[in-house]
Amino acid sequence: MELLSGAEMVVRSLRDEGVKYIYGYPGGALLHIYDAIFRQDDVEHILVRHEQAAAHMADGYARATGKPGVVLVTSGPGATNTVTGIATAYMDSIPMVVISGQVVSNMVGSDAFQETDMVGVSRPIVKHSFMVKDPREIPEIIKKAFYLAQSGRPGPVVIDIPKDMTNPADKFEYSYPKKVKLRSYNPATRGHSGQIRKAVEMLLEAKRPVMYSGGGVILGGASRPLTELARALNLPVTNTLMGLGAYPGTDRQFVGMLGMHGSYTANLTMHHADVILAVGARFDDRVINGDDASKFCPNAKVIHIDIDPASISKTVKADIPIVGPVESVLTDMLAIYKEMGESPDADTQASWWKQIDEWRGDGDLFPYDKGDGSIIKPQAVIEALWEVTGGDAFITSDVGQHQMFAAQYYRFDKPNRWINSGGLGTMGFGFPAAMGVQQNFPDATVACVTGEGSIQMNIQELSTCLQYDMPVKIVNLNNGALGMVRQWQDMQYNSRYSHSYMESLPDFVKLAEAYGHVGIRITDPKELKSKMAEAFAMKDRLVFLDIAVDTSEHVYPMQIRGGAMRDMWLSKTERT
Amino acid sequence: MRHIISVLLENEPGALSRVVGLFSQRNYNIETLTVAPTEDPTLSRLTLTTVGQDEVIEQITKNLNKLIEVVKLVNLSEGAHIERELMLIKVKATGAQRAEVKRTTDIFRGQIVDVSASVYTVQLTGTSDKLNSFIEAVGPTSVLEVVRTGVSGIARGEKVLSI
Repeated sequence: MELLSGAEMVVRSLRDEGVKYIYGYPGGALLHIYDAIFRQDDVEHILVRHEQAAAHMADGYARATGKPGVVLVTSGPGATNTVTGIATAYMDSIPMVVISGQVVSNMVGSDAFQETDMVGVSRPIVKHSFMVKDPREIPEIIKKAFYLAQSGRPGPVVIDIPKDMTNPADKFEYSYPKKVKLRSYNPATRGHSGQIRKAVEMLLEAKRPVMYSGGGVILGGASRPLTELARALNLPVTNTLMGLGAYPGTDRQFVGMLGMHGSYTANLTMHHADVILAVGARFDDRVINGDDASKFCPNAKVIHIDIDPASISKTVKADIPIVGPVESVLTDMLAIYKEMGESPDADTQASWWKQIDEWRGDGDLFPYDKGDGSIIKPQAVIEALWEVTGGDAFITSDVGQHQMFAAQYYRFDKPNRWINSGGLGTMGFGFPAAMGVQQNFPDATVACVTGEGSIQMNIQELSTCLQYDMPVKIVNLNNGALGMVRQWQDMQYNSRYSHSYMESLPDFVKLAEAYGHVGIRITDPKELKSKMAEAFAMKDRLVFLDIAVDTSEHVYPMQIRGGAMRDMWLSKTERT
Repeated sequence: MRHIISVLLENEPGALSRVVGLFSQRNYNIETLTVAPTEDPTLSRLTLTTVGQDEVIEQITKNLNKLIEVVKLVNLSEGAHIERELMLIKVKATGAQRAEVKRTTDIFRGQIVDVSASVYTVQLTGTSDKLNSFIEAVGPTSVLEVVRTGVSGIARGEKVLSI
């Protein structure tokens, strides 16, 4: 058997796990591992400019590919800089393995230089964490970490490695385990067949059913059976912010995103439904309109499918709970439906769809005031982006108005294409996430929809993009203000714009150029599409599109807090 | 309602902090907590008591089950069970009180395990309610110091919590 040091075992285990890229930043506690990286070619290391970006890049990679992203950071500040990235992944159940260096074992707890209790700091935001106590454990711990990160409800796993565990002078026999078993961890592999049958029966008898699907469908790779079931039962489908793309966004049965900034049609369809089929979604407060579920969908029975039992009946009580992987449960539902040979009543369905089509009106799920053409509307930017990219790009976003506009107007037809921080709402996420996607899909079009506030939270990564040739397109909706904060200040604080105005913005074109990229500023609505097309035609260059958009624009609809799903502002003056 | 949740936990460093962290993180309440290794040294048995609505208790057990180190758990309050808590209590024992404390201890089937000129130290085992009653019976003004272990519990009959 081969003899390897702990440092070599870390790198070899990653290779044997099938890892191609790690995102990281070196430092004292990691130098043995970085030396082991230098002496091999199997695993490529991407050097970021800030550890938070490393975590978001790994996260973007994971969301686009479904495989765990890997982060390598040093002890102390290196580790704590990843905390926002780990929390982002945790909230959205993204598989990720974070390896952090630690001070040598006999210094742990002594307030040594660059020491932080990373296992302790990260405890509330990880699925699990390990501290290496013996170099011989390294392969098994890494195997366990990958297994935990991607099975069941996925999530981030931290491995903290004291420096002496990687000492190059201490060599041990290495073999990478083929399988690991944890007696205390057995995620469900199938849904309960009796419950599944009851669910199909309930859907067949429903008069006003709706399918409400979330990020779990994307994570669980269940887009195909979801679409098939929705079509078989002719269900209206709404996706959460995290679930966009699970069902084709351009399809007639799709009624738009639901929730706080969901479509009028989706929120009314939910409110009036008598059966809700919730798939891989968690009835988040931004979906059910607040912390009080009592007004939520008053007439609905709830079927709830989720891999995580703790997500079921957490905020909204499920009438038929089904714990299991969404892919297998939906496939079983389809099989039972076909075996039963019954169809939903055609007349009942027709009248429900007639009602939905009335709500939908002329078919525009998110109508907006196009203005007089003197200033670029942010919504129009996303519509142009959709046209220019043929609706087939990977779109990442930061957090705020631009995120909601992207979710509303870029009609995602495929899963894993829409990448945003839905749960934690992390500004600064979009750009590094786009880099993680681009690097793994070098020929794909990857655009980061952002704002002048968010982009500045990780703008240093422009340098990484140059080093590794990542031709990401940055679509900066520059309204000179923190748009969503400003919108709330307009609506609730009598337009007192407390610290929501971005003074002293940089010249983004020059900034992009300073980093060796292309910058284009667009101010004229007439030039929007042509300049955008010009930018996206530059396949091998990072282009920073700085687009001046209307500062006064608000995101609508906007649910009225404390109300029901149907209570919404539809514009600055109209409400339901 | 009060619930007794009994947990088999991997006997590993950091496992307990995850259990305790879960309670503070999710704003659940712990009233008592006791933990010690079992006959199998790789496992610890942890008993905790908590108070909450049924939906909250359901979330507590679900979230405990999600912790990787939690091997198995049972909500003992859902079935017939035995609960015990041990208390060491120092009570003033002077004059007429000396005999009275001795009598009360006998009635509660406790034992006086240490004696000094003015103090008895009493050891008492039972349900939490019984221990509370003893404190009341000797009178709170006589009580000098109380140490309680927190509740341990086990299901009645054939049911066992094991792997």
